[in-house]
Amino acid sequence: MTGSSSSSLLLILLSLKFLHTTATEQAQQPFEFGEMAAPTYSLPPLPYAYDALEPYISKQIMELHHGKHHQTYITNLNAALKTQAEAVHASDIAGQVSLQQGIRFNAGGHINHSLFWQNMCPASSPDAKRSAAPKLVKQIKATWGDEEKFREAFKAALLGIQGSGWGWLVKIENGKEQRLSIVTTKDQDPVVGKGEVPVFGIDMWEHAYYLQYLNGKAAYVENIWNVINWKTAEERYLGTPADAFKILKASM
Amino acid sequence: MSSTLLRSSAVRAALRTSPTKVARAGLAGSTFVRGKATLPDLPYDYGALEPSISGKIMELHHDKHHQTYVTSLNNFSEQMAEAKQKDDVKAQIALQPMINFHGGGHINHTLFWENLAPQSQGGGEPPTGKLSQSINDSYGSLDAMKEKFNAALAGIQGSGWAWLVQDTQTGSIQIKTYANQDPVVGQFRPILGIDAWEHAYYLDYQNRKAEYFKAIWNVVNWKAAEKRFQ
Ligand SMILES: [Fe+2]
Ligand SMILES: [Fe+2]
Repeated sequence: MTGSSSSSLLLILLSLKFLHTTATEQAQQPFEFGEMAAPTYSLPPLPYAYDALEPYISKQIMELHHGKHHQTYITNLNAALKTQAEAVHASDIAGQVSLQQGIRFNAGGHINHSLFWQNMCPASSPDAKRSAAPKLVKQIKATWGDEEKFREAFKAALLGIQGSGWGWLVKIENGKEQRLSIVTTKDQDPVVGKGEVPVFGIDMWEHAYYLQYLNGKAAYVENIWNVINWKTAEERYLGTPADAFKILKASM
Repeated sequence: MSSTLLRSSAVRAALRTSPTKVARAGLAGSTFVRGKATLPDLPYDYGALEPSISGKIMELHHDKHHQTYVTSLNNFSEQMAEAKQKDDVKAQIALQPMINFHGGGHINHTLFWENLAPQSQGGGEPPTGKLSQSINDSYGSLDAMKEKFNAALAGIQGSGWAWLVQDTQTGSIQIKTYANQDPVVGQFRPILGIDAWEHAYYLDYQNRKAEYFKAIWNVVNWKAAEKRFQ
């Protein structure tokens, strides 16, 4: 997962730019944007109020996390994509390569946070009930035995992250085969591998919980289950990678 | 200052006068007692680095975060000793990343506390002697070095540290960043480290990390850095 190449990430960004072409068509012409202006992304609005996830995630955390941290990834991504478009136009291949890590990091930050806001909802919402995800929950039980074991496994994965990163429930499709997996990614590496659908993700950067939970990240990991949007998780589980990433099209 | 801070300050003051206290000039190794890592005493009060770093941050950072690295290091070291006793090479390899992370966390923070000091104890006073000369030779001036150092800190993608290091082969200094808790080992000798994990500044500075990077130079203990420089 962490080995996903920068080019596959670029592909996703590019395929999102062409709303009327499919991802497959786009894959055949990934670098034909020399004449184009660089795409510009903007901050997607939160689908709920900043205080809507209280008491599990405080208003102050949400304001900073969405309004400052997510915005910074977008600002830096847009700047890097603009520089890249210029490097492509100037046939500066060394310049393009030197931009890849920055694009991967900041685009990853934009992708991850966009998915994250969508896969949470207020605890009082019917979408926060696991009954909103009957098919997904069925496969979770089939995979981990029961929901409690699944949550324990997810918690262990999240608490085992060394440094900044994310934990994801991922649907992995390989031909006709399909399975669920708990995956951790470092820093802002996104889940963009072939056949992978990020069902829901949990941000384990310290900025995601520190103002409220301080060094008590286990409590954050416990509490966040109250605000997982199972309806969105079910939709992503039943859909394609492109479906999961549709939020990004809306923020261009 | 909260009563918790006062209480732990009093404990530290008592420890400081204890005759068994190890001299503070040494490196991380001096905090290992009979093979067990222990949390080193801070050489100043939690609130002493204000306003650059708040007492609340210092208390959590030292007493919780650093303590967790120490506890985990001892736990994984014990497992490592068992794996060695059983000649279980697979288990030893599996444990190495845990030793690197938690051992690195212990080493890094130990060096970090030492290379900070309140202004009343020389914090922020510029380096002198050979280290100063080396900085000027490599960067032109201390301010130019700080600027490069802050750019390195700002460029860390995720959690990590920036260090002024000395190349043990050439003796020259350079700025290097390290991911997560990777310690400065091998070819390079740590001279001065700044923690760029979010827990190091978030309560005071939130997302404005550039302000933290700027403010921390006011409490950098260049005397400690000079002792490490050879
Ligand atoms: Fe985040
Ligand atoms: Fe730290």
